[in-house]
Amino acid sequence: MGESYAAVMPANAYNWIAVWRRNFLAWKKAALASILGNLADPITNLLGLGFGLGLIVGRVEGTSYIAFLAAGMVATSAMTSATFETMYAAFARMDAKRTWEAILSTQLTLGDIVLGELAWAASKSVLAGTAIGIVAATLGYASWPSILYAMPTIALTGLVFASLAMVVISLAPSYDYFVFYQTLFLTPMVFLCGAVFPMSQLPGSLQHFAGMLPLAHSVDLIRPAMLERGADSVALHVGTLCVYAVLPFFVSTALFRRRLLR
Amino acid sequence: MNMSTVAIDLADVKKSFGDKVIVNELSFSVARGECFGLLGPNGAGKSTIARMLLGMISPDAGKITVLNEPVPSRARVARVRIGVVPQFDNLELEFTVRENLLVFGRYFGMSVRKIEEVVPSLLEFARLESKADVRVSELSGGMKRRLTLARALLNDPHLLVMDEPTTGLDPHARHLIWERLRVLLARGKTILLTTHFMEEAERLCDRLCVLEGGCKIAEGKPDALIDEHIGCNVIEIYGGDPHQLCELVRPYARHIEVSGETLFCYAPHPEQVRVKLRGRAGLRILQRPPNLEDVFLRLTGREMEK
Repeated sequence: MGESYAAVMPANAYNWIAVWRRNFLAWKKAALASILGNLADPITNLLGLGFGLGLIVGRVEGTSYIAFLAAGMVATSAMTSATFETMYAAFARMDAKRTWEAILSTQLTLGDIVLGELAWAASKSVLAGTAIGIVAATLGYASWPSILYAMPTIALTGLVFASLAMVVISLAPSYDYFVFYQTLFLTPMVFLCGAVFPMSQLPGSLQHFAGMLPLAHSVDLIRPAMLERGADSVALHVGTLCVYAVLPFFVSTALFRRRLLR
Repeated sequence: MNMSTVAIDLADVKKSFGDKVIVNELSFSVARGECFGLLGPNGAGKSTIARMLLGMISPDAGKITVLNEPVPSRARVARVRIGVVPQFDNLELEFTVRENLLVFGRYFGMSVRKIEEVVPSLLEFARLESKADVRVSELSGGMKRRLTLARALLNDPHLLVMDEPTTGLDPHARHLIWERLRVLLARGKTILLTTHFMEEAERLCDRLCVLEGGCKIAEGKPDALIDEHIGCNVIEIYGGDPHQLCELVRPYARHIEVSGETLFCYAPHPEQVRVKLRGRAGLRILQRPPNLEDVFLRLTGREMEK
């Protein structure tokens, strides 16, 4: 049994690139629509909440509310773009479009495919997160170099949420089940993890729980980077995010093996 | 057989899903350069066997060797030298013909330059030269199938595994695929194909294995199977009560099968049967040489569903 699980893991360190390039080619064909579709929502939130609520809220953690919110929106959009790329596009490639089936008749393994899909979803997160950073920097709520500092965390956040969504799609019989993941996990996390208001506003016990969620660690790294402050416990945050990225990768690959290679 | 001349070897392979037995104690060997057919109705286990050869389904018991590699443990290595035509097209619909080949070649670790080198000859082989930059979603069913075949040849495979390569195609498109497959056989490729078309099996296969319910019920060369199991002319009679007709022609028949409203009479001297039936109104009589359809009917007592 162990041998058969080993056989589906990535065959080498570079096979996944072919999968990434396949997705990149498909994306290029509809790039403009994809960019606009991915950005409209977080930018609306940033401007709507930032200017509207910002007037009432005043300053938060020593900065304007919109600057505080910008970092939260960068983390959130990294989370949602990786999640949706995986839940909808990768699920379609695995299921209805039979793209994975075609790839599995070549020398690639299931692990190579999953890795390529994760890297691709993370790339889309970098695109979405960076674009919001650019909007924030243009409006003067973040410095230009700060986008560069935040980028590694944005990419890692993309990997984490693509990896978690992989587990969801490896188990979900159809699209209908994704909404549970979205409403019961993703949406609460936006409010629990300090994306739109400081976690210190939460009751103590809830703070403890929220502190274990992956988005909290992303926000704790991205916000200081964007506000050009020193971040605390960087190793803890990066380490936790890495665990959230790596463990679901192995779990989902094993689950896909049961689902696709019986 | 010497292992280096054997492309595929299955020994006592078993597979069940739940308590449903899909493949039961199946053994067969395919020599290099041979076209071997798995013939059987839907649900006979053909696709499961094809997927097992690729390592996409693991057998519960038995031993599979493909191109000298044990499968599924080293299926990945074997797949480097296998071309696959799946039962359902899984081309990239939003990509052009050329892009499909480019993307697929990269899965085999081929450089873009290497892929571009082989694409013209593949397009020519698939008769798709004029469609190179057309999106796949705009191609006809036959063209898509030919592109799938071209895609299966990208890695210059020794062995082609084809699961129902012409199902769903019109007769013209089907004949074009058959003609292309014969070209590949002439080039020395080994082909394993599954089919439920008797005509396809008879025309293409050097040898075939007839399957029902996951069991092998016959194996051999198509004409040898026909000779062995039938060996005489066939008269199909319809338009009357088959059971009544049965009694009438029985003295002249080597064997009789009734399927639906048709009576199949296997007679060494068909003229005697025709004389006996002369003058009976409303009967339609068709005399023809025997084919694999008759073999299947003889072995299973029923016609292959189409």
